[in-house]
Amino acid sequence: MKRTSRDSEDSARRITRRALFMGGCMAATMAGLGARMRYLGVEEADQFRLLAEENRINIQLIPPARGLILDRNGKIIAGNEQNYRVVITREGAGDVQLVLNRLSHLIPMTETDMTRVLKDVDRNSSFVPIPVADRLSWDDFSKVALNAPALPGVTPDVGLSRVYPRDTDFAHVVGYVGPVSENDLEGLENPDPLLHIPKFQIGKIGVEKWMEDTLRGSAGNKKIEVNHVGRVMRELDKTDGVSGANLRLTIDADIQNFVQARLGDQSAACVVIDVTNGDLIAIASAPSFNPNLFVRGITRRDYDVLTGNDFRPLANKAVQGGYPPGSTFKMVTGLAALSDGKISLDTVVNCPGYLQFGDRKFNCWKKGGHGKVDVRSALTQSCDVFFYDVAQRVGIDKIAEMGRKMGLGQRHDLPMSAISEGTLPDRAWKQEKLKQDWRIGDTINAAIGQGYVVATPLQLAVMAARVATGRSVVPRLIREIDGKAVPVEEAADLGFETSHLTAVHDGMIGVVNSDRGTSFAARIANDAMLMAGKSGTSQVRNISAAERETGVVGNNDLPWKQRDHALFVCFAPADAPRYAVAVVVEHGGGGSSVAAPIARDAMLRALTGSVPDPKDYPANQRGRIDTMLKELKLRSPDGSQPTDTRA
Amino acid sequence: MSFLEYRVKFAPAGFAKVLYVNWGLYLLITAVAAIGWLMLYSIAGGDMSQWAGPQMKRYGVGMILSLVLCFTPIWFWRSMSGAAYVSTFILLIIVHFFGAVGMGAQRWIDLGFIRLQPSEFMKVSLIMMLATYYDWLDDRKVSRPLWVLIPVLLIITPTILVILEPNLGTSLMLIVAGAAVMFAAGVSLWYFVVVIGLLGGGIAGIFLLRGTPWQLIHDYQYKRIDTFLDPSADPLGAGYNIMQAKIALGSGGWTGKGFMQGTQSRLNFLPEKHTDFIFTTLGEEFGFVGAISLLALYATILIFLFWAAVHNKDRFSSLMIIGIAVNFFLYLAVNLGMVMGMAPVVGVPLPFLSYGGSATLVLLLAFGLVQSAIVHRLR
Repeated sequence: MKRTSRDSEDSARRITRRALFMGGCMAATMAGLGARMRYLGVEEADQFRLLAEENRINIQLIPPARGLILDRNGKIIAGNEQNYRVVITREGAGDVQLVLNRLSHLIPMTETDMTRVLKDVDRNSSFVPIPVADRLSWDDFSKVALNAPALPGVTPDVGLSRVYPRDTDFAHVVGYVGPVSENDLEGLENPDPLLHIPKFQIGKIGVEKWMEDTLRGSAGNKKIEVNHVGRVMRELDKTDGVSGANLRLTIDADIQNFVQARLGDQSAACVVIDVTNGDLIAIASAPSFNPNLFVRGITRRDYDVLTGNDFRPLANKAVQGGYPPGSTFKMVTGLAALSDGKISLDTVVNCPGYLQFGDRKFNCWKKGGHGKVDVRSALTQSCDVFFYDVAQRVGIDKIAEMGRKMGLGQRHDLPMSAISEGTLPDRAWKQEKLKQDWRIGDTINAAIGQGYVVATPLQLAVMAARVATGRSVVPRLIREIDGKAVPVEEAADLGFETSHLTAVHDGMIGVVNSDRGTSFAARIANDAMLMAGKSGTSQVRNISAAERETGVVGNNDLPWKQRDHALFVCFAPADAPRYAVAVVVEHGGGGSSVAAPIARDAMLRALTGSVPDPKDYPANQRGRIDTMLKELKLRSPDGSQPTDTRA
Repeated sequence: MSFLEYRVKFAPAGFAKVLYVNWGLYLLITAVAAIGWLMLYSIAGGDMSQWAGPQMKRYGVGMILSLVLCFTPIWFWRSMSGAAYVSTFILLIIVHFFGAVGMGAQRWIDLGFIRLQPSEFMKVSLIMMLATYYDWLDDRKVSRPLWVLIPVLLIITPTILVILEPNLGTSLMLIVAGAAVMFAAGVSLWYFVVVIGLLGGGIAGIFLLRGTPWQLIHDYQYKRIDTFLDPSADPLGAGYNIMQAKIALGSGGWTGKGFMQGTQSRLNFLPEKHTDFIFTTLGEEFGFVGAISLLALYATILIFLFWAAVHNKDRFSSLMIIGIAVNFFLYLAVNLGMVMGMAPVVGVPLPFLSYGGSATLVLLLAFGLVQSAIVHRLR
């Protein structure tokens, strides 16, 4: 098959032509590729450079140390402890099961722990550290560290965790921290990135919650280079965070401890306030609970025990519990009548033991009656009839107004949870809440702190402080933030006539110090610390007509929940008031017999600065008091462990 | 078809052949390969033994084979083209039934010491076969339907086997390179116009009928096309590779981040960074300057090839060199288009840069054939 030379030349020329055409196409394509290179590498370079940086750089937050909460003297109430943990990585361990088995001989580990770890290990990348055990003792921790060669992939690790060294003493005041929940994040516009750290702890209740922003501090961060699966290659940059600010409370941890121990297992609350500046010295609510349980993650069983208890250990009765103030309200009624000019210091009312009003008969607590009483003796003897009478003259609205002046029926703004407003009823209140007209019987009930009146122990303490000083003492809980003292404003004068205030004081001094007073047994036998007080025994239920007839149903024969509340408010020293105390024992019985002794002990503890000296008690009580005080389970001065006197 | 047909006026013989080898061409491809070794060394984080070392060894072996081809007369290779085509075709069939599965496709035969990828060899065998066919065919018959049908069948039959592997990239290259040889051989333009017209109409139909009851392909196939057209729409899914590749190329800027400083490749964000996506590392570490230099090297190689094709009076040699040039161009154009987000992601290596045995070996063998044609051309 020969080709002519002409053919072959034609064909060669055609090949050249077509080859050039293809070469042209190729050149065009390559020009396109070059243009694309220029576009990506030159024109869009900045954008892609940014994307490459975003790819490789991760920012890791370094959680700041949470601010400490200290008492007024600098004792630690909420601190941070080293939390010894052990973590494991799959790539380091190789055979995770084997390493875990070895580990279980060193540290306490359950089957459930093992399965959880194995599951977590499988679910994550091989280099992600999986927590194996938390809150190890130093011994266990060092055992792991010592056996490190036999435990490939296991790393001992130290973090910070919240701890409450004075566990039950401050459960209600300071509250506790816990891991961030969905609820916590809801409603936050721009949540702190820290909150997205798994298991990051934030305040859940109490001061921990309300001062969260101050205590938390701000996160530091670590810029790290990561590869495509997120493994850390190296650290590029590190900024340290700012630790949270320390808080110094007004509370004295030792007094708090004493009061809490004094309340013991009763369902009770006690508030001690410095009347000169409103500093809350102690806010106790019993029974209490151990906040450390919540930090560590409370077990279902422990939680059920707490919620199943009739004495409601989780409730902060001091600010949250509302109780009819009973006779402790009589100062308000008396001062309202005096200030309004409806009675004078000399006004005398005859008490036959009851007040007949229409077809209703309002009894005085004393069946035989008190005879002729003025405002002082009415307070001293807690005559109900006197206050029934003057309350009718002054009217409920004036009484409510006086109550508000005294700090009742309002929310005192403290960084604590569930602070209750209480109730201070007047005509408008009843109309609004119950859609009923106010009746004169309501006034008579309110006159002695019954009926609709409800107050919290905190409010009662504030009331006592205001009665003591005649000034609008405002309670406060925070003394210093980050070393800077929180300024105290001088309390405004409430504008009482001195003679009125003195008369009320005299009546209250009589309550405790005169042998006709209701709480004579609770007096302080030291003239330098003379106490002025007022007891209250408030009814929880209506006494039936039948019971009224027989009148023999003793308080102690009733079921606990129907028994009277025992209340007592006081201040001392009577001539130059320093502290005011309010005590409420839920369903405790008589205010004088049950609440007053507790208030006296708290008062003496605050005034003397140490455990009360039996010498300050009436001679016939000293032996009993001495025994009682010695049996209190108080913390040793360093606050670390409660001393068990029985041990 | 004996060598006598060449009517050799002069052909170098013996050691004199060394003087007639186009050493410039070998130098150029070795330069490209050296860039490849540098990149492989960088990607391995400064480790020679992982990729760069083995690749250099392969190149050395491939080069020796290439020289063997180079010094063997081209007419011998022409006479072998039928055998090469048939045996490669048989290998493709063997791969189809017994081939090992790599990357989710049946592609290679494991002979123990080497993994053969017959589809790569088919690229060269097909070109040789077609060149031989047109060398034999009377120039006046090239555009007659029957004589057009034969090369079409020669192209289509192995392509079907490659599509079944499945290896879309290689099958496309077989078709285009085959068509290029036919085009160069002088097949009437009308055939190409009609085929391109039909293809264009088909593609337009696919897009126009989308979402209607008459749509031509499946929804997931549309989705793949979408991902190609806009990779950022699905940055963690199918678009991840393209997106990361673009980030690597773009973040290099004018002069790049510097040798061994590429974060995208070093931190493993780049997929297939040592094989198909090796160009991204070059772009990241040496920037636009490095990338355009490589393109210039490739362009120079292509110019050398076309020069050799046009100045070779032997029809077989010309057509074969053109086929090899087109094939070489397709490798780089498809690969670069793919990593720069201009073409869909199909597994096509970057010639002489990508880590891999078969492609490098086949390319070196092809260049050996080109050199043989240069050495033994009519003078």
